Amino acid sequence: MALDPFGDDRRRRRAIPLFDGALAARGFALNAMCFSFNDKANREAFMADEAAYCAKFGLTDEQRAAVAQRDVLAMLEAGGNVYYLAKLAGIFGLGVQDLGALQTGMSVDDFRAMLERRADDIPAAAAVREAV
Amino acid sequence: MAKIIGGYFTSHVPGIGGAIVRGDQDTPYWRPFFAGFPPIRTWLAQARPDVVVVFSNDHGLNFFLDAMPTFAVGAAAQYDNADEGWGLPVYKSFAGHPALSWHVIDALVRDEFDITTCQKMLVDHAVSIPFELAWPGVEHWPIKLVPIAINTVQYPLPSPKRCLALGRAVHRALQSWGGDERVLVCGTGGLSHQLDGPRAGFMNPEYDLFCLDNLAANPDALTGHSAEQVAELAGTQGVEILNWIAARGALGEAPMAEVTRNYHIPISNTAAASLLLEPV
Repeated sequence: MALDPFGDDRRRRRAIPLFDGALAARGFALNAMCFSFNDKANREAFMADEAAYCAKFGLTDEQRAAVAQRDVLAMLEAGGNVYYLAKLAGIFGLGVQDLGALQTGMSVDDFRAMLERRADDIPAAAAVREAV
Repeated sequence: MAKIIGGYFTSHVPGIGGAIVRGDQDTPYWRPFFAGFPPIRTWLAQARPDVVVVFSNDHGLNFFLDAMPTFAVGAAAQYDNADEGWGLPVYKSFAGHPALSWHVIDALVRDEFDITTCQKMLVDHAVSIPFELAWPGVEHWPIKLVPIAINTVQYPLPSPKRCLALGRAVHRALQSWGGDERVLVCGTGGLSHQLDGPRAGFMNPEYDLFCLDNLAANPDALTGHSAEQVAELAGTQGVEILNWIAARGALGEAPMAEVTRNYHIPISNTAAASLLLEPV
């Protein structure tokens, strides 16, 4: 039985990132740093000296570069998990729509408009029932 | 025997918490979502639950990747929220029901579900926001909490089939409990959404409505997919539907009646829903 339903389909796999053991192992240091940001003092220590704080958690060169460049897709490639990365994004003042815009190459306004257009995909039958 | 009075299901995204803090419930953006809750509040006021068994997923508040349980059951006298790092208020604590928790734990393990037991457990917005929506502004929660956390973070995730079976085992545990509490079951999260990767912003109303249409009468229909297939259909965070599936299982195998349902796109990056089921 195939454990990975996407096999060698790298494009699909990148589109639908499954945070598996390989990614969890690769991303451990980066995610551990992000987990530490539940504590306000740690968020402040990161802001005071980002390089030193990243070094303390032993980020790989790939992870350090991704954080320095605020490159979300590169953080994911380096094993970052979005539930933990969201805490880092919060330090930068970025919400999930900002993250979506950064990852899709859209402006934040265009990304928000795209989200609102998803409502057009609701089947007519469901909309009728909702209105009843 | 505890009386299972019904099931309450809702999305839990942090953006809802932000909207509550700002008082945005009646703005054009948020009104269609919050409009789903008055019927739920009315029903809860009449149904008067004593205890709520909540199926949800932790977002990096209580669990980290150093030790990630597939299923974890709380057995604490009190459950606190804490700073989650992204600016939400710290929500009020829940009183636990340790005796019922230990009964559920005992019954689950005897039923061959090898769960993790947590005498200390922080609960995050996935637990707090549903009750901020259900009982807005109360000083103390009117219910005691038995929290059950499902791993939706690190693959392999438990399958929809296994989550439904876990829920049904919780149902059997509640049936064998000697107390006479009125128990509400709650599943939180979803529906379709994806925060990460080039497909960020993905939603799938067709799959969401398939889930909503089958949850009351035929929840086994949701078990035909693997967890990976659910990620493809519902988005990588849409796998939180696993919490709903487990909660539906805890209502038992009999068909349920739908009291109220709301479905709206978008709130934040998410297709949002609320749903209330009660025994026929």
